[in-house]
Amino acid sequence: MSRLRIITKGIISGNPIFVLVLGMCPTLGTTTSAVNGLGMGLATTFVLMLSNLVISLIAGLIPSKVRIPSFIVVIAVFVTVVQLIMQAYVPALYETLGLFIPLIVVNCIVLGRAEAFASKNKPLDSFLDGLGSGIGFTLGLTLLGAVRELLGSGAFFGWKMLPGDGMLVFILAPGAFIALGYLMVLFNKFLKA
Amino acid sequence: MARESNFRNMFLCLLIICLGGSAVMGSVYLITYEPIAAAQAAKVNQAIARVLPEFDNVPALEAYQVLVDGRQVTVYPAQKDGVFAGAAIEAVTTRGFGGPIKVMVGFRPDGTIHNTAVISHTETPGLGDKMDPRKSDFSLQFQGKNPGTFRLAVKKDGGQVDAITAATISSRAFCDVLDLAYRAFIQTDQKEGGKQ
Repeated sequence: MSRLRIITKGIISGNPIFVLVLGMCPTLGTTTSAVNGLGMGLATTFVLMLSNLVISLIAGLIPSKVRIPSFIVVIAVFVTVVQLIMQAYVPALYETLGLFIPLIVVNCIVLGRAEAFASKNKPLDSFLDGLGSGIGFTLGLTLLGAVRELLGSGAFFGWKMLPGDGMLVFILAPGAFIALGYLMVLFNKFLKA
Repeated sequence: MARESNFRNMFLCLLIICLGGSAVMGSVYLITYEPIAAAQAAKVNQAIARVLPEFDNVPALEAYQVLVDGRQVTVYPAQKDGVFAGAAIEAVTTRGFGGPIKVMVGFRPDGTIHNTAVISHTETPGLGDKMDPRKSDFSLQFQGKNPGTFRLAVKKDGGQVDAITAATISSRAFCDVLDLAYRAFIQTDQKEGGKQ
């Protein structure tokens, strides 16, 4: 499989949100606006790339029965590092995303890529797989966030587009499920066409 | 390709990974400790500067704690040319929808609210977080109001405050924290008045 295909696979045919349907907790929780989705996606991408890289380096040394706990510790370390660095150098972003950062640890997509790809492939390929899945995840979150923000508060990336308060339901949890469902239908429709 | 899963291998593997992970986290913590403290102090100072009328002292250096009905409140007194110029009050309420809300309220010397700033909260994004002046005009209605004459309660409760749509609990909590700050200000105002 060529390097480029590894990246595009994570974005399109193996998109974490619309095709694999992994990592739904942060997906539904953070996407109340496009900016929140984008920030969460980028933080996850960073963790995915580094954890994939490190896990593919050490996978050969880990006995298979303690594979999962080892991977989780590695992922948790990177998440903590991201959290501390964000808090120190971009406090404004931390203010909006701070609550959601710890959720990356339990995000299925990070453990999923570690288990399904990084533990069986070379470091560079694993790094690129993390990058591709991260971009796919980020695009999905941003798109979902943009749709919910537009319908729920009539704004796009914080810019007020429509008058009025919008449809409240799209900011709340049920709206997240509704918007995600329709986006998933559209995405898979285009994928098959 | 993986090592055999016997007790010794598993024990050593987990031990090494945990030790290595702790070492990485410990060093990042040490590196980021000062920037984080500085960022938090800067946030408090920014909030003070935003909510107070003009001042020329450093309120953060003269801060002190007071107790109002058993709740702890921090007071940052402001001075201009050596004269009491109001105070920024940092107060917390636990009546929020999602958890505690920490607010900085600036009072002019006569007890009028100059401005407010939300320092931290965990209210619903898109609803309760509109108490933040960067997100909506809700908190602007308090500017220039004196809680001595202005009833700090949402209209539903017989007060004079326009609540945030669909976030009545957050709005009530905001009124509660403003009221707490005002009572703290009255206490300190008498003290400051005595000093002059």
